[in-house]
Amino acid sequence: MITEVTAEHYIILATTLFVIGVAGVLIRRNAIVVLMCVELMLNAVNLLMVAFSSHHKDSAGQLFVFFIMVVAAAEVAVGLAILVMVYRNTRSTDVSLLDQLKN
Amino acid sequence: MSPTIFLTLAIIAVVSAMFVVFAKNPVHSVLALIVTFFSIAGLYLLMNAQFLFVVQIIVYAGAIMVLFLFVLMLLNLSADTEPQKSNRFRVIASASAGLLSLVFSAGMVIDATMGDRNVANIQEIGLVKHLGKVLFTDYLVPFEISSILFLAGMVGAVLLGKRTPKESKS
Repeated sequence: MITEVTAEHYIILATTLFVIGVAGVLIRRNAIVVLMCVELMLNAVNLLMVAFSSHHKDSAGQLFVFFIMVVAAAEVAVGLAILVMVYRNTRSTDVSLLDQLKN
Repeated sequence: MSPTIFLTLAIIAVVSAMFVVFAKNPVHSVLALIVTFFSIAGLYLLMNAQFLFVVQIIVYAGAIMVLFLFVLMLLNLSADTEPQKSNRFRVIASASAGLLSLVFSAGMVIDATMGDRNVANIQEIGLVKHLGKVLFTDYLVPFEISSILFLAGMVGAVLLGKRTPKESKS
């Protein structure tokens, strides 16, 4: 067991979460789940930024996390709107169907 | 006390994150992701980042995940409509994720100063009072720009969600 929580524990946790997010983006074909895994990766980075902001006693990291959350909210709104439009045209959310630019 | 809370929250976060990736039903993925977000919010509280704790719950667990659930409901997706990747592709994808974690852990090993970084949890930088002061002085311009970003995102979402006249005829 750990006696004191240090930044290295947060690094390990954030790395694990980030890798799980990357694996999800690679493994899953449902575009909604892929977007959710991107959110997971963003959260892993946020966690690390807060940990280092606490470590350095500097509030810049926490404000960056706030701005990341703002951008993530806008990204999800637009991304899901695009997904709904894609679903209307293809009747599926399978990312492997989205290769129309090839032709 | 706090190492126990940290370990509990970390295990909950990792297990539910795994569940997000491996759940067959997308609705279960969304619910597992909400659990992950709550445990990450708990970790913020552990670091005394109270403002981010509240924002995480309101914005992520509240707004963003509700948006995901709404879209899942609109599209009526479930486990049996879920597209599956071939096993060969799954193995390759897991292997590349494993390689990525190898790269990250190599970076951690190389970093020799590790171990003496304590994360102090009794400090005032995470409080709303302090962050608000910094946000509206040093970071005022990025704050205003992000409001423009939100406006653009809103207009874009409405524009994309609207049916075009040609589509509604067919």
